[in-house]
Amino acid sequence: MKKYFTDLFTGAKSLIEGMVVTIKAFFSPVVTVQYPREKNIIPNAYRGHIVLVSDDKTGEPKCIACGTCERACPSSCIKVLSEKKEGEKKKSLTAFNLDFTRCSLCGICVESCPLGAIEYSNEYNLSGFTKEEFQYDLLKYLKESSC
Amino acid sequence: MDFIANLPPHFFRIPIALTLVISLVFINALIMVYLERKIAGHMQFRLGPMEVGWHGVLQTAIDAVKLMSKQLIVPEKAHTKLFRIAPLLAFTPAVLPFVVMPFAPKLQAVDINIGIIFILAMASLNVMAIFVAGWASNNKYGLLGSMRSVSQNIAYEIPVLFSLLSAVFVVGSFSLGDIVGYQSKIWLFMIQPIAFLIYFVSSVAETNRAPFDLPEAESELTAGFHTEYSGMAFALFFLGEYTEMFVVSSIATAVFLGGWHGFPLPFFEYSSVVWFLLKTYFLMFLMIWFRWTFPRVRFDQLLNFSWKYLIPFSLVNLLITAVVVKL
Repeated sequence: MKKYFTDLFTGAKSLIEGMVVTIKAFFSPVVTVQYPREKNIIPNAYRGHIVLVSDDKTGEPKCIACGTCERACPSSCIKVLSEKKEGEKKKSLTAFNLDFTRCSLCGICVESCPLGAIEYSNEYNLSGFTKEEFQYDLLKYLKESSC
Repeated sequence: MDFIANLPPHFFRIPIALTLVISLVFINALIMVYLERKIAGHMQFRLGPMEVGWHGVLQTAIDAVKLMSKQLIVPEKAHTKLFRIAPLLAFTPAVLPFVVMPFAPKLQAVDINIGIIFILAMASLNVMAIFVAGWASNNKYGLLGSMRSVSQNIAYEIPVLFSLLSAVFVVGSFSLGDIVGYQSKIWLFMIQPIAFLIYFVSSVAETNRAPFDLPEAESELTAGFHTEYSGMAFALFFLGEYTEMFVVSSIATAVFLGGWHGFPLPFFEYSSVVWFLLKTYFLMFLMIWFRWTFPRVRFDQLLNFSWKYLIPFSLVNLLITAVVVKL
């Protein structure tokens, strides 16, 4: 008989406690981010695919086409193409090809670059139907994004 | 013109009342489905529907259009006629209790002297509809769901009746108009708190809502009695459920929470419907709150709770009330 009443009161108490939990949740702010309309701030350490850094003064890419990144890349997904134009002392970059299908975002290229000419982008909205869509020419990408 | 003037007033009163009531039922379902999804969302730190209209207010209207456009599939081995009649049975009796409901002093279609009994009789017809639906589907989940619904309703109808009866003892009338009129000074909920509590808990079970939603327990019975229903037939069951919620909440309002009594408003004889609806929607908010807080009970727990706690308590309460009233 005693158990009959203790069951009733402990049960009722636990039900009220449960209702307090949900009503608190009801009045606390929501955590949903309405994605296409609202976006989370991308943290600084985010690693998107690499991009070339341009010189602040000239606007030209900092890359000197030395090919260190190409040699450092463990998955050999970088191909730096360059040519020596007539009347110029240095080689100049003609294309910086990145095969993003093979890149594992290890970052050895960024670390190996002697001039800091490569950095991570904040690009996360990547999609495509073919492999070829993920073969980027970063030089072209830089020119398109700067203008 | 003499012919029209000689017609009894009910001849005009009841069609007008029914038209208003049916529109109320549909509007209530639209609002309740929206509120339920919104409240559920916010109780889980989500937003709920947000896409259709401002904060998703048109979501339920769009859902209704979608449900209407869907095909009604009748399973091959189902009992075709019963299968088609069941959704109508679920919806029609749910509308009728509003005919005697005292929304405001002058907003009551008919005040019959056995109002409460009429409402309870109509409300319990819903079980029949669920049973017919489960049986006619010829589906094991449907049949199990409807069997559960029947035994659950038998168990919970008794405390509902006893708790309402103790309120009726205090007032001395079955008419809802009289019961609301009695509460002009003190609401019956203060005289009969236990009866109110028992009534409200068992009415949640009567409407087959969580934590007592065993007839449609998703995790065990897929969808219970409405497993085989699609499109508008399914929507009618839902409409019936939300109307049933409105019915039991408005009975609780009329019998225990003072009905349309409240602070005076201009044109009080009509506008006091605001108080009635406010109290009713507060009770429905409580039901939604229950649903998103409590886990579903097991079947033996459900029946034990009714037979061991609700029925003895309501009986003792009724006995005490009878003795006090007699003295």
